[in-house]
Amino acid sequence: MSSDAARKAIFGRLKETLDQVHNPTVRLSGADQRMREAPLNLIPERGRAAGAARTALFVTEAETASAEVYRLKDLNAVPGAVKKLLESLGTSKVKIAPHDKLKALDWCAFVAEFGPARADDPVSVSWAYGAAAETGTLVLTSGPETPTTLNFLPDVHVVVLQEEDIAPNYEEVWSRLRIDAKGRKTDATLMPRTVNWITGPSRTADIEQTLLLGAHGPRKLVILLIDGQNPEITTT
Amino acid sequence: MTHEPHCQEFHQASQKALKDDQLQELLNRTLKSGFQKKRLMGMARLPEYDRLRDQARDLKNHILDHLDAYLERFEVEVKKAGGHVHWAENADQAREVILGICQKAGAKTVTKGKSMIAEEIDLNDYLEDAGLSPIETDLGEYIIQLREELPSHIIAPAFHLSKTQVAETFKNHHTHLDPDRNMVEPTALLNEARKELREKFLSADVGITGANFLIAETGTAMIVTNEGNGDLTQNLPRVHIALSSIEKVVPTLEDATLFLRLLARTATGQEQSVYNTFFTGPKRGGDLDGPEEFHMVLLDNRRSELLGTEFRDILRCIRCGACINHCPVYGVTSGHAYGWVYPGPMGSVLTPHFVGIEEAHLLPSACTSCGRCGEVCPVRIPLPDLLRKWRVPAFQAGKPGGLQRLGLKTWAWLARRPALYRAIVPLKVWGLKMLAGKRGRFKSMIGAGGWTKTRDLPAPQGGTFQARYQKGER
Repeated sequence: MSSDAARKAIFGRLKETLDQVHNPTVRLSGADQRMREAPLNLIPERGRAAGAARTALFVTEAETASAEVYRLKDLNAVPGAVKKLLESLGTSKVKIAPHDKLKALDWCAFVAEFGPARADDPVSVSWAYGAAAETGTLVLTSGPETPTTLNFLPDVHVVVLQEEDIAPNYEEVWSRLRIDAKGRKTDATLMPRTVNWITGPSRTADIEQTLLLGAHGPRKLVILLIDGQNPEITTT
Repeated sequence: MTHEPHCQEFHQASQKALKDDQLQELLNRTLKSGFQKKRLMGMARLPEYDRLRDQARDLKNHILDHLDAYLERFEVEVKKAGGHVHWAENADQAREVILGICQKAGAKTVTKGKSMIAEEIDLNDYLEDAGLSPIETDLGEYIIQLREELPSHIIAPAFHLSKTQVAETFKNHHTHLDPDRNMVEPTALLNEARKELREKFLSADVGITGANFLIAETGTAMIVTNEGNGDLTQNLPRVHIALSSIEKVVPTLEDATLFLRLLARTATGQEQSVYNTFFTGPKRGGDLDGPEEFHMVLLDNRRSELLGTEFRDILRCIRCGACINHCPVYGVTSGHAYGWVYPGPMGSVLTPHFVGIEEAHLLPSACTSCGRCGEVCPVRIPLPDLLRKWRVPAFQAGKPGGLQRLGLKTWAWLARRPALYRAIVPLKVWGLKMLAGKRGRFKSMIGAGGWTKTRDLPAPQGGTFQARYQKGER
């Protein structure tokens, strides 16, 4: 049986059953309405933190998930922090996301390359689209400036995150993506090819429930948090 | 031929499990002091947990009422993003479609992320028979693939094995490595698997993953993992195939988010799983990595039939494993005793539908009706009710013996005559109390050997339920 024939049979059965609940027109408009309006579901209190409390919550939750968080005063401090990390790891190689803001930094002291990850890259630096404070979750999107392999192949994954990009909850990150998509004014889908929510480094408990870090993805997740310029939301 | 079911051997298999001290110790560690405790701790950190469960139940019901509309939109959006959509009525069709895509891609090595649907259709054996090398990359799935076993748990497929058994398995299969290498610590075993699988990730031509949710609005599928294997599986090969069943569709990104607040917390007590990955179509213009082709395979396998039955609520299941983790029967028999892919309470509802009640009639009857599965379900599936509903056809399918029929008939006859019932039952209670004597319990009793073999049977205490109820005790 072809895919088309299977499709016809599956939808035939679905419609037969579902027509007994709502008529097809009501059903279609009900579904359409929900997708058009994309109503919010319950957002927990924890996902409503603001200002310095929001940043603090993000840091606590990310650290609870075994990520390392370092706060830097501005982007110019990134190469220095990465250099220190590489020295502690005994390597000089790093693969960096070809993101405008990262490319603009002074990486002279490095064997730094920009591009997607290769199997032998020990360390990568990527750019976070945003984050959700409620669970210390980073949000990374794929694109020409932000290849996804950087997030998974290297042993050590460094993520640069600007404080102003930390949202209190997941929904506000989706909302930002929706606004960005409208700004593109193209018919393309709202979503980048990949959106990664990342909460801590890779782990497994498949051997006798012993929690081990570094299953297939990075063994270490380092977040370089760039303090916001707005004094109201900068913690001391 | 999918996985041959062995559900009729439930009694023998559970006997064997009960006598296996190592298995009992692993069950205890994984469930009681593991998953159960972690779920409680996770719940305590989110005061809104129960309200989220109510919303999740209502949303799933809404989705099931509009299932065709959401699937149609999902299909449109996947295509718009440049992906291909394939529909499959049953296991055979799904496997044929997947093999076809692999062959067209000239694939030899195929990496796989963890997928219960792939287990349901027994994909690996089929691809192997066709000359391909499918490699499971989730650590637990990799271990059981090497051992040619079924998963014993839907989220912890190899929990039933000790680290010594894992070490033996690796020793037998990784024969190119030094046989005297250190394999004592779990870390050494993990590193060995990581290294072996890294090469597979890099050489694979096709990557196959499952999907936890499908987002209709955007044509996005998503997976939830902790290891990162699913991401290497979908980003490195030239072709990515995602395999899902039809009931996993949700309307919007916000709706997927509701379920993601519940899934990890209920399953492992984590605030969030490490990797929640949302993928939409193949690599875009300008992208530096990602698959060039994306195929979405949507499997029905008679779920559309289930929608119109009294078992419809099981289609709300998000595969967190909580019912399994809290089932006292699973807690001593483990997963393999159930004889097919899905174990525990959710499995005992699904398996009869997939393999037939004649084969699976023992599973609903193995339930003790304790109700815990229903209590812990994040989408509030009335699992105890569904199991009880299966017992009607299960009783017929079990071809009950003459003695069993006679016993039930006698009881039914008596129960329909309340006056007689009220007269006889107190006599029985009094008789048993007298016979039990001062000890108040029986060491053995005719017809209750299964109980008294391993423990005493307590004699009835106090009056009958009816007598006590009339006295106002309630």
